[in-house]
Amino acid sequence: MRHDHLITSKQLSRADIETVLDRAAEIDADPEAVAGKYAGTLLGLLFFEPSTRTKMSFETAMKRLGGDVVDMGSIESSSVKKGETLADTVRVIEGYADALVLRHPRQGAPKMASEYVDVPLVNAGDGAGHHPTQTLLDLYTIRENAGLDDLTIGIMGDLKYGRTVHSLAYALTNFDAQQHFVSPESLQLPREVVYDLHQEGATVREHDDLDDVLSTLDVLYVTRIQRERFPDEDEYQKVAGQYQIDLETLEAASDDLTVMHPLPRVDEIAPDVDETDSASYFEQAHNGVPVRMALLDLLLGDSA
Amino acid sequence: MSDSNANDHKLRVSKIRDGTVIDHIRGGQALNVLAILGIDGSRGEEVSVGMNVPSDRLARKDIVKVEGRELSQDEVDVLSLIAPDATINIVRDYEVEAKHRVERPDVVEGVLECPNADCITATDEPVTSRFEVLEDGVRCDYCGTIVRENIADLIRE
Repeated sequence: MRHDHLITSKQLSRADIETVLDRAAEIDADPEAVAGKYAGTLLGLLFFEPSTRTKMSFETAMKRLGGDVVDMGSIESSSVKKGETLADTVRVIEGYADALVLRHPRQGAPKMASEYVDVPLVNAGDGAGHHPTQTLLDLYTIRENAGLDDLTIGIMGDLKYGRTVHSLAYALTNFDAQQHFVSPESLQLPREVVYDLHQEGATVREHDDLDDVLSTLDVLYVTRIQRERFPDEDEYQKVAGQYQIDLETLEAASDDLTVMHPLPRVDEIAPDVDETDSASYFEQAHNGVPVRMALLDLLLGDSA
Repeated sequence: MSDSNANDHKLRVSKIRDGTVIDHIRGGQALNVLAILGIDGSRGEEVSVGMNVPSDRLARKDIVKVEGRELSQDEVDVLSLIAPDATINIVRDYEVEAKHRVERPDVVEGVLECPNADCITATDEPVTSRFEVLEDGVRCDYCGTIVRENIADLIRE
């Protein structure tokens, strides 16, 4: 890849995406081939927000490549608590590590941080902005299960604040994919994302009812609707209930449907779906490791 | 008598000796133009403002004349966002020395503030705001927020 940093999925061309996914498939098939390749290489983890999957899978990926991580830890125990700016923090930690992974509650924080460092910096989620490494593992999972071209995908739930949704929708414009966006009106895609999709020539199909499109879908990507987005509990229960799926919902879907979720889930997908062939969300989470190994290999390999 | 009346009618805004005349501002935007230039009269500048004056090119235009002040490129850039049809006349010794049409830049830096409270530029970080200029608005380079209306409200204090 020709990029030093990975900040948003917008910077990725189809060729870039395929390079990462192909490398991930090679690693997935033969992880031993890269074990030890990055012995002595350190990845700096800067998580200004809680994370389980993203942080642990980056750590796993780096260690499986033979390298190690240095972790800033929680912000309560760091110099950030003393009022240090992000610009200072990343400049200090780039002296300790060969690449940085940053999650931050502020939109645009990784972009700003990348302007201060010379080592590769990867955005691991910035507020309601972007989450490009989640997108890469989502694309990998879609490619494995349904293929990325001639694809019909429904993306459902909180499309307004869901950064995984924004990154994925944009990346899919590189492929022959029909995208359907299913959400309550109050949680539709932000107009900035719609603008970007239109700029790429994509058609934005918005629905408030999954039944409108379910039977046509190859992939259903479910996201969590958060309680705090609603003024009161009743309103939340009423709305969220319409965007939950269970075995009964899936009766109207194709037998080949792939159901995905970036996790964590609360009650958007009933546990009885887990046992079906459609359920792909745990596989999706596991794919975070080979995909992040591939990404680190490409970023560190180029910068070495 | 009738001549002098006609002159009175035309010369709503007096001539300036040295400074800038910004003409063909969209009707109603003159005060925003002054805000961009940071002119509020408190420093004793000699300023004349005409608002909603009949115009051949625009149905109604505003015009601003500032004595003793020439505009910087940054100021012209931002001006172009709210007054895209404006012409800028630099006046020296009562003569128009140079006449410029404003040109919309691709990017404006350090002049506007992002309205998104969650944007990294809305913090104490050492970061200069940067907006991409779209056909019909501006877009924060950091968080992607698009602003199409009331761009003048984003001008940094």
